Amino acid sequence: MEKFIELFAEQLDAMSEVTLNADTRFRELDEWTSLVALSIIAMVDEEYGVSLSGNDIRSVNTLGELYNLIQEKL
Amino acid sequence: MLFSLSGKNILITGATSGIGRAAAVMCAKQGARVLCIGRNEERMCSLLTELHSISSAEHSSYLLDLTNNQSLVDCVRELPPLDGLVLAAGINKWKPIPFIKLEEIHELININTIAAISLLKEICKKKKLKECSSVVFVSSIAGVYTTSMGNAMYAVSKGGLQAFMKTAALELSSKGIRCNSVNPGRIETDLIKNNTQLSDEEIRMDINRYPLKRYGTPLDVAYSIVFLLSDETSWITGTDIVVDGGLTLK
Ligand SMILES: NC(=O)c1ccc[n+]([C@@H]2O[C@H](COP(=O)([O-])OP(=O)(O)OC[C@H]3O[C@@H](n4cnc5c(N)ncnc54)[C@H](OP(=O)(O)O)[C@@H]3O)[C@@H](O)[C@H]2O)c1
Repeated sequence: MEKFIELFAEQLDAMSEVTLNADTRFRELDEWTSLVALSIIAMVDEEYGVSLSGNDIRSVNTLGELYNLIQEKL
Repeated sequence: MLFSLSGKNILITGATSGIGRAAAVMCAKQGARVLCIGRNEERMCSLLTELHSISSAEHSSYLLDLTNNQSLVDCVRELPPLDGLVLAAGINKWKPIPFIKLEEIHELININTIAAISLLKEICKKKKLKECSSVVFVSSIAGVYTTSMGNAMYAVSKGGLQAFMKTAALELSSKGIRCNSVNPGRIETDLIKNNTQLSDEEIRMDINRYPLKRYGTPLDVAYSIVFLLSDETSWITGTDIVVDGGLTLK
């Protein structure tokens, strides 16, 4: 989970240091854009070999839920 | 009849699906004999059945992967003299720049750009295009008029295709051969259905960006292709028709 949060944070263009944890509602972050969404899909594919859809990403709210979704698809 | 293709031999790549398929059907309806290229045998059979139900012309098919140059060369050797060529085969893949894989960009450019160049090259070399024939490239607004996040590989492939179209229009003009492109916005085909990266919500928002408030249909593009293939456009070369519901006005 920690590793996942790190990888997720790398995709944000955050000038400001955002602190992320399993409860972070990632789609509500200021840094959340369509490009970040595409980057998360590509990162999850590259790192976990899991193919997420745009609808998958919208179906969850927090980073913990997103992580669990990836685990289910592993 | 205006825009008749009666008696013309038209070769179409990407004929087994989406825009290429709609173009094949429209060409047959306008009186052409259609020569179809694709890979998927089942879809090719169903297309041929449809074409034969439209007219008794000698429609035919060639099953091949256009990125295999030997198959392409063998196919061209068998072709009859052509009055028209439609280059519609293509794929798309979205990847933000840090995630671009070299093998993926090669794959995209191989089919979207190089296969079209190789096919036209081989057809010219074997002198299969008749005088006053017409070549239509299915390009895109992406890479030519606009681009979008994650679409770099595709935009590069279509920008290159567009540059090739213009050069071909100039070089082939001495033989009276015309080259033009159609440049669609998003069209409802397998190409976009297979891309699951946008959520339903994002697709709704994307459609809203189009002044005409919908994505295009394969037929919307096929009509422009028929127009450019017809003798009525015999003084139009090196140009493009944007078919995008007004998106690039913004
Ligand atoms: N849909 C859009 O929003 C849109 C927008 C702008 C431009 N375009 C362009 O329009 C063209 C047609 O796309 P479409 O939307 O109609 O897509 P599509 O429904 O997915 O059809 C693609 C066609 O290309 C053929 N093809 C792909 N790779 C091939 C290969 N290696 N060798 C031979 N044939 C190959 C496929 O043949 P098989 O299925 O038989 O393998 C299929 O007939 C493409 O060049 C695309 O870039 C599409």
